[in-house]
Amino acid sequence: MTAQADTTAREMLRLGGVTVRFGTSEGQPALDAVDLDVAPHEIVCVLGPSGSGKSTLLRVVAGLQQADAGRVLLAGRDQSQVPTHRRGVGLMFQDHQLFPQRDVAGNVAFGLRMRGSSRAEQERTVAELLELVGLPGAQRRAVASLSGGEQQRVALARALAPRPRLLMLDEPLGQLDRGLRERLVVELRRLFRELGTTVLAVTHDQGEAFALADRVVVMQNGRIAQTGTPLEVWQRPATEFVARFLGFDNVVAATVQGEAAVTPWGKVPVPEGTADGPCRLLVRPAGVRLTPAPEGLPCTVTARTFRGTHVALLLQPTAGPRLEAACALRDAPETGERVGIAFASEDVVVLDAAPE
Amino acid sequence: MALPLAFFALFFAYPVVAIVGRGLKDGGQWRLGRIGEVVADPDVLHVLWFTVWQAAASTALTLLIALPGAYVFARFDFPGKQVLRAVVMVPFVLPTVVVGSAFLALVGRGGLLDDLWGVRLDTSVWAILLAHVFFNYAVVVRTVGGLWGQLDPRQEEAARVLGAGRFTAWRRVTLPALGPAVAAAALMVFLFTFTSFGVVQILGGPTFSTLEVEIYRQTADFLDLPTAAVLTMIQFAAVLGLLALHAWTVRRRESALRLVDAAQTARRPRGRGQWALLWGTLAVIAVLLVMPLAVLVERSFAAPGGYGPAFYDTLLSAGSADSTFAVAPLDALWNSLAYGAAATLIALVVGGLAAAALTLRTRSAETPAAGQLVRGFDALLMLPLGVSAVTVGFGFLITLDEPPLDLRSSWWLVPLAQALVGVPFVVRTMLPVLRAVDGRLREAAAVLGASPWRVWREVDLPIVRRAVLIAAGFAFAVSLGEFGATVFIARPDQPTLPVAVARLLGRAGELNYGQAMALSTILMVVCAGALLALERIRPTDHSGEF
Amino acid sequence: MSTTSRITATALAAAVGVSGLAACGGSGGSGSAADAKTVRLVSHDSFFASKSVLAAFEKESGYKIKLLPGGDAGKAVNQAILSKGNPQGDVFFGIDNTLLSRGLKEDLFSPYEAKGLDSVPAALQLDKDEHRVTPLDYGDICVNYDRAYFTQHKIAPPKTFDDLIKPAYKNLLVTENSATSSPGLAFQLGTIAKYGASGWQGYWKKLKANGVEVVDGWEQAYNDRFSGSAGGKGKGDKPLVVSYASSPPAEVIGKKPAPKEAPTGVATGTCFRQIEFGGLLKGARNEKGGKALLDFLLSRKFQEDEPLQMFVNPARKDAKVPELFTKYGAKIDKPATLAPATITQNREQWIKQWSSLVLK
Repeated sequence: MTAQADTTAREMLRLGGVTVRFGTSEGQPALDAVDLDVAPHEIVCVLGPSGSGKSTLLRVVAGLQQADAGRVLLAGRDQSQVPTHRRGVGLMFQDHQLFPQRDVAGNVAFGLRMRGSSRAEQERTVAELLELVGLPGAQRRAVASLSGGEQQRVALARALAPRPRLLMLDEPLGQLDRGLRERLVVELRRLFRELGTTVLAVTHDQGEAFALADRVVVMQNGRIAQTGTPLEVWQRPATEFVARFLGFDNVVAATVQGEAAVTPWGKVPVPEGTADGPCRLLVRPAGVRLTPAPEGLPCTVTARTFRGTHVALLLQPTAGPRLEAACALRDAPETGERVGIAFASEDVVVLDAAPE
Repeated sequence: MALPLAFFALFFAYPVVAIVGRGLKDGGQWRLGRIGEVVADPDVLHVLWFTVWQAAASTALTLLIALPGAYVFARFDFPGKQVLRAVVMVPFVLPTVVVGSAFLALVGRGGLLDDLWGVRLDTSVWAILLAHVFFNYAVVVRTVGGLWGQLDPRQEEAARVLGAGRFTAWRRVTLPALGPAVAAAALMVFLFTFTSFGVVQILGGPTFSTLEVEIYRQTADFLDLPTAAVLTMIQFAAVLGLLALHAWTVRRRESALRLVDAAQTARRPRGRGQWALLWGTLAVIAVLLVMPLAVLVERSFAAPGGYGPAFYDTLLSAGSADSTFAVAPLDALWNSLAYGAAATLIALVVGGLAAAALTLRTRSAETPAAGQLVRGFDALLMLPLGVSAVTVGFGFLITLDEPPLDLRSSWWLVPLAQALVGVPFVVRTMLPVLRAVDGRLREAAAVLGASPWRVWREVDLPIVRRAVLIAAGFAFAVSLGEFGATVFIARPDQPTLPVAVARLLGRAGELNYGQAMALSTILMVVCAGALLALERIRPTDHSGEF
Repeated sequence: MSTTSRITATALAAAVGVSGLAACGGSGGSGSAADAKTVRLVSHDSFFASKSVLAAFEKESGYKIKLLPGGDAGKAVNQAILSKGNPQGDVFFGIDNTLLSRGLKEDLFSPYEAKGLDSVPAALQLDKDEHRVTPLDYGDICVNYDRAYFTQHKIAPPKTFDDLIKPAYKNLLVTENSATSSPGLAFQLGTIAKYGASGWQGYWKKLKANGVEVVDGWEQAYNDRFSGSAGGKGKGDKPLVVSYASSPPAEVIGKKPAPKEAPTGVATGTCFRQIEFGGLLKGARNEKGGKALLDFLLSRKFQEDEPLQMFVNPARKDAKVPELFTKYGAKIDKPATLAPATITQNREQWIKQWSSLVLK
């Protein structure tokens, strides 16, 4: 598939300084000098809140949106003069966009027909793909008769059918219910591994991104805030924005002095080798340890939420902002109870100065 | 965009500008003073006022009567629906002379209303308005109904769940979605009635006169080209103003709609209200549309020796008669169909390309200037509806007279002239649907490897196929019924059915009159049959191209 | 192939057809070899002839006749005026005395003295000095009456213009709008000829007071309002209508067995004579053929064919008129006439005056 690849290009996709502005040239660009590489067979997930520019990113790669600046290279080749239909990429739309006038097979075979595949090959591929996405024998069904999940599968099969060198997914599982979503994420990952597909997905759901991706790219206001493996991003959010987006709210201003930082909550131990000076500090809920009431920072439990594997506690300390803590069910105090807390340095993260 | 533009430049703008220019130019000098004289004439102002208000009133009345009809045809399933849908188109193709005569039998002296309630409407403005409804009912039913049938009823249901009453739901959800189609239909009805000619003459009597009638008289009878030119310009200005108004109202309304297969939205009426609506609509159609037609049919069988097919018999043997007056019905039929098919194809190609270009350009038009250009082109396409046939006809005569375009005696002149009127229909019918197509469907196809042309063919065309068929029906019907231009550009030995009917009516004698009625009946049957056949061209929608 | 692609294919084919048409549009009638063998006749839409008679001409002369459309009488003349210098055809048929001066003033015709002109009564030869136009037929516009009505009501049908304003005929007459209908105008011209430029308006005031009804076209007047016609049967309630002197014979055609007299009659004192002329168009491509065609149009063969084809009287004295005309038609001895120049001069003004007098 990548026969014409530039020998120096190890990346399937490379974005260099891609900028897109909507409307006037002033104001925040939708994409602001984005650099991004995706290696062959890699699954990259762009994670960000709505409006962070992640869908625009896909549209630029697909050629549906003209970039105002920067370059898009697919397998080492500049795509600026290549129209959408010759880019050989796949795009699965957020709301599927199945062709209402065609049945399931007509939808799935569409890309193959555009490439002039033989009818027999079309039929074979359609049958294989429907099997693969778990809808065997659905060829003749009308798209209007499909459930949301089935439509999603058909959309996926349609995007996969022409064997795109890069498959892009826009909120691939957005509209599905939770159970189906979790099952499908696993299926998808297995499928992409098997097929060796290079995938660029965008989502606002961190669970989805972490489950699916080899590498996660967090976007903020048209810029890339952080890139890394799911574990890296989860463990070491780079900025306060990333931290908060991942759902971590225990972020405070701090001043590092040696092995501890001064915070509104008192002294918090920091990992070894942290530089001295003012910074923003994240304490992951797991790093907030309950201690018997007289010890540590005294807090009142204001809420507790059962989360299946653990209990999330909302604590109001006597000084400083509220804190979130995680503890095992059997240790969980009742709402209103007074507890003490201590901080574990392995779950304390010093954040980069956020560009907010 | 190039082909439609060239078509319009060559076959519309050039001839019309030439004939207007000829009127206003005298020995190389522009005589613009004439404009002032004509405009200041109180008679002209009176005519202008009457033209505008009767058109507005006719449009309002047509919408009022036909919108429920559009709903019934879009949402209800009932036996005979297809036949009826073709029947409502029939008035469209009949020559005004014939229809006027039939309508008089309904609302005139000794007509049905007179017999029942002693009401006579001929020579009153009501007769004009009702006849306009008669002619334009199909425009609304088909333009609006076409889109309505494809609107997802669940949207309205959603609104009702949110607490909106049935009417509120319709007003808040469906009506805005239908807005462009209603506006388009209203525009066409207005233009048609604004340029109404035969109806006003026959039913209104000589005391009523529209601009169109005046232009016709000044051009055809008096050859007073300066006055005709000024009147044409007034008509132009009025039409342009109207188009601007239309563009302004429609622009803010058009949005992507959720379209579904029309076959899935229609169901049998439920509940007393729906049945009442259905029967009410059927009653309106019966009284307003079918009755006048039935009168024609009745007269075609009212032979001297009692009812029978005598007129048809003589008509059939007419082909072998030794006279150029006699028209073999089969020949006239063949002429009509051949002209109609050619005109429909021209209208579909030109109109389809124009509609596609307009959709694409509107989408990509980012600068206001480009948007204006697109809207200007949009308006240009509608102009032929607002210009007198005699203006265009005489324009043809003085412009298309030099090789390589000496079309004056060419067979093609007739379908070209007819297509001019057909194109606006094609554009108006297809645009709302095309614009309602979700742009991301096109993107999905492009990403899957479809070139822009394939995208149009694979995505837009299947969705607008229905609209194309409706548009083709209009173009064909318009062409079948076109009389004003055809009568003086069609070769005498190749008359169309309406021309043949008018020829028969133009001569005294029971036989001629009866044959005219018989030929009209044939015209009606052919029209209905052709439209029915057209509706039958329904691909199996869900099979794709597998 | 799917329907979609079929539609597309036909659409494309049509597009190609249209553009091809632009390229070869002229081939319809401009090839010079074809021109010499073809003679083109421009006429109004009431020109008809027996196919066999036309075929005889083609056989004898070697020319093919091509008929070209012109719309109704007025439009045909105006078309000829608009295309002056580059005429559509070679010969024009059907300019009548109400339009003649306009055509002559516009210099549409080349002089040619057709063979057989000496058989045409002098009264019909309105251009006998220059022979730019040749009289080919004539007819009269008269009030027609419904025999059955007058028999039933035991009233004598009217005979003259003066009769029409009598109380006995109140609300009985329907006529046509002078501005939009040529019989309507002819009837008005008849009254002008009879009562003079100063008196006709007074006559029309009385006619209006006597309940004359005006409709826009002959078709409506005759078919819808006149009680004596086939169309008006049962519905039409006006027993008097402005129509042609040849309408009664036309009513008889197709009636079996042939009646003793026509169901309608003609008020012979209300007639205005229309004379139709033909001429060789200036700039004709086939002048020779045109002259041959004009000769033919004035030949006895064509002249004797005219009555039953166009319901007019032949211009030639020696042309035989069919029995239908002699048996059911009326003999008009003293039709009203006006000089063509007078008509052209006053036409618009008269129509305007008539409109404001009668319609408002």
